[in-house]
Amino acid sequence: MEQMFNVSSNPHVRARMTTAKIMQLVTIALLPAAIVGIYNFGLKALAVMVVSTGTAVLSEWLYDHFMHKKNTIKDFSAVVTGLLIGMNMPAGIPLWIPALGSIFAIIVVKQLFGGLGQNFMNPALAARCFLMISFAGKMTDFSVSDKFKGAVDGVTGATALASLRDHGYMAGASVPVKNLIIGNVQGTIGETSVIAILIGAAILLCYKVISARIPLTYIGSFAVFVIIYMLASGKGFDVNYLFTHICGGGLMLGAWFMATDYVTSPITPKGQYVYGVCLGVLTGIFRIFGASAEGVSYAIIFCNLLVPQIDRFTRPVAFGKGGAKK
Amino acid sequence: MRLTFKGGVHPFEGKEMSKDCPVEKYFPKADLAYPLSQHIGAPAKPVVAKGDHVLAGQMIAEAGGFVSAPIHASVSGTVKGIEKRLTATGGMADAIIVENDGLYEEVEFHPADPAGLTREEIIGRIRDGGVVGLGGAGFPTHVKLSPKEPDKIEYILVNGAECEPYLTSDYRRMMDQPEKVVEGLKIVVGLFKNAKGCICIEDNKPDCIAKMKALTEGIPKIEVKEMVTKYPQGGERTLIYAVTGREINSSMLPADAGCIVDNVETICSIYDAVALGRPIMKRIFTVTGKGINKPSHFEVCTGTDMAELIEAAGGLKENAGKVISGGPMMGFAMYDLHVPCVKTSSSLLCMQSDPVSDAKAEETACINCGRCVNVCPGHVIPARLATFAQRGDMENFQKFDGMECCECGCCSYICPAKRPLTQSIKSMRKMVLASRKKK
Repeated sequence: MEQMFNVSSNPHVRARMTTAKIMQLVTIALLPAAIVGIYNFGLKALAVMVVSTGTAVLSEWLYDHFMHKKNTIKDFSAVVTGLLIGMNMPAGIPLWIPALGSIFAIIVVKQLFGGLGQNFMNPALAARCFLMISFAGKMTDFSVSDKFKGAVDGVTGATALASLRDHGYMAGASVPVKNLIIGNVQGTIGETSVIAILIGAAILLCYKVISARIPLTYIGSFAVFVIIYMLASGKGFDVNYLFTHICGGGLMLGAWFMATDYVTSPITPKGQYVYGVCLGVLTGIFRIFGASAEGVSYAIIFCNLLVPQIDRFTRPVAFGKGGAKK
Repeated sequence: MRLTFKGGVHPFEGKEMSKDCPVEKYFPKADLAYPLSQHIGAPAKPVVAKGDHVLAGQMIAEAGGFVSAPIHASVSGTVKGIEKRLTATGGMADAIIVENDGLYEEVEFHPADPAGLTREEIIGRIRDGGVVGLGGAGFPTHVKLSPKEPDKIEYILVNGAECEPYLTSDYRRMMDQPEKVVEGLKIVVGLFKNAKGCICIEDNKPDCIAKMKALTEGIPKIEVKEMVTKYPQGGERTLIYAVTGREINSSMLPADAGCIVDNVETICSIYDAVALGRPIMKRIFTVTGKGINKPSHFEVCTGTDMAELIEAAGGLKENAGKVISGGPMMGFAMYDLHVPCVKTSSSLLCMQSDPVSDAKAEETACINCGRCVNVCPGHVIPARLATFAQRGDMENFQKFDGMECCECGCCSYICPAKRPLTQSIKSMRKMVLASRKKK
């Protein structure tokens, strides 16, 4: 034979997008919110994110190395997990806490279940919940970042949502919505600026990394839940209260960057709508009736557990099997 | 309204490379090989023996059953015997070998006016002409044109979508001989009293659409349909859905949706067989891709060695890494170029680089991103099916509608983890079909 040719099964062409590229795009999309965090809370915030990201990558490498597995740090998924963990911390947290969170996320939540694609909970959020339960005081202590003390909401180191909870319905909605959107408010490093998060989301939508199905149904159904609550409880409709709930806390970061995590969300379009609604309702319940001011993290990891069931009930009808004959 | 379907992908088209190359007649040099199985159904039975002299157009193998088709010599010469030959799909098959005497003496053909023929005579002439689906499947056309209830056929769809990237042979046919397409379609439409003919062309060929529209203007029961350019728009099921809104599944025939779908090349062969009395002896063949020196179109005799066509197109570039019979999405990669052209061969795609073996295409874990679900024209979940296939879980594979897969390749194309989804699903489908046959 004069020349050797490659042989493979069809198709013989491939789209350019790879897993690593997707993860790199997510990392880039997280940067605007991370930068606002550094601007708001200073170098302490940068240190937290560097430690969380570094520990996540290192944990992944060490696990692969000692378990004799193929090195997977190049797929960038550990970077995304680590960065998200950092962005979910108050800036003043002792650095060993994000490090511990990253180790937990990578080793326990992700690798022990089989690595990328096999974890049934979002590693970053599972780590956050683990830390919230273990170190509740430190995880909700925003007083260290004192930039906004007295200046904006008049409540020392409290987030907009905590103020809603502590000071009641109307009085609590004291943070101007404008500040929530720009991001000069108290909160975890990455969650404060709605506009920075939306810039990131736009990048992801633009490159078709995510679809808007989950975030929009999530935010939409949550808004509906809050409106129903306002009306049903007889307190009357209040735009400020509604927008504080939507723009405050972790909802935006959670909806655009964590609820959309491929591995832990439904694979079918129909399932993604169902998932979004479940998230919206649960977040509403947790935030309004729960003990904690926040509810996004718990809602997402709870719904992660529902995903296999959602996938089962929303299986698409195969082409030609629906009997849709004209 | 733009006609299309849900799902599909947009691979690099690459049609510019060959679309304007004129069709050159190619005269074969070496012996010609006619595999006995160039169609779906029973293999043809040889009616010539070693040493016989045959003329171009002479039947050398007769249909081996109802679902089968005869095979005709494309040159004049001497039969050298029946030998095993490698086919483009990678298997070995019996083939009649004919030594070309270079004279191209033809048998006498019997033209007829289609208007003066009965339905049975027309279908008989199509059968005798060895006409099969030339788009690639090779289903005998006379069987397709004999549905149980002919009155229920409402659409004759001429598939000119040519959605496979790089391929341009159907385009050339429609640009060079549009009259033949229309005349062929008239014959088929005439067979069904409730049918209208639609020539379906993707909108990346506006010149072709304009030409066909001008030509069919005023002809009753024939129209041109403009399709959205998207792979696999030219798949039988997706084409029917796009034009009629009717869905058929894997266990149904197009006739169940009142449709008959024929490729452009097939329609031309129908015209040749019915009006001119000429059987399938030649077809248009594209040799293209970045790995060939001179992308070309040839009018080739069936049975020609494909290696000759590569030479005729200036030869492979030094770094050509992959040669595919067919298009990049559904074609077969070849390890040996000495393969005969059969009725259904439409092209050779010569690639310089192979994106499948590229280091960047290394398989990684499924991240459940859902891209395969979004692009699947069969509305199944390729990622799950591939997992079932890899586990050998035949039961769940079928429960999750694995048999509805049309093997178009969209899922493997789009997968960011570069999993060979189509390949896994294809092999499982073969296993399921084999096990069904056993029962």
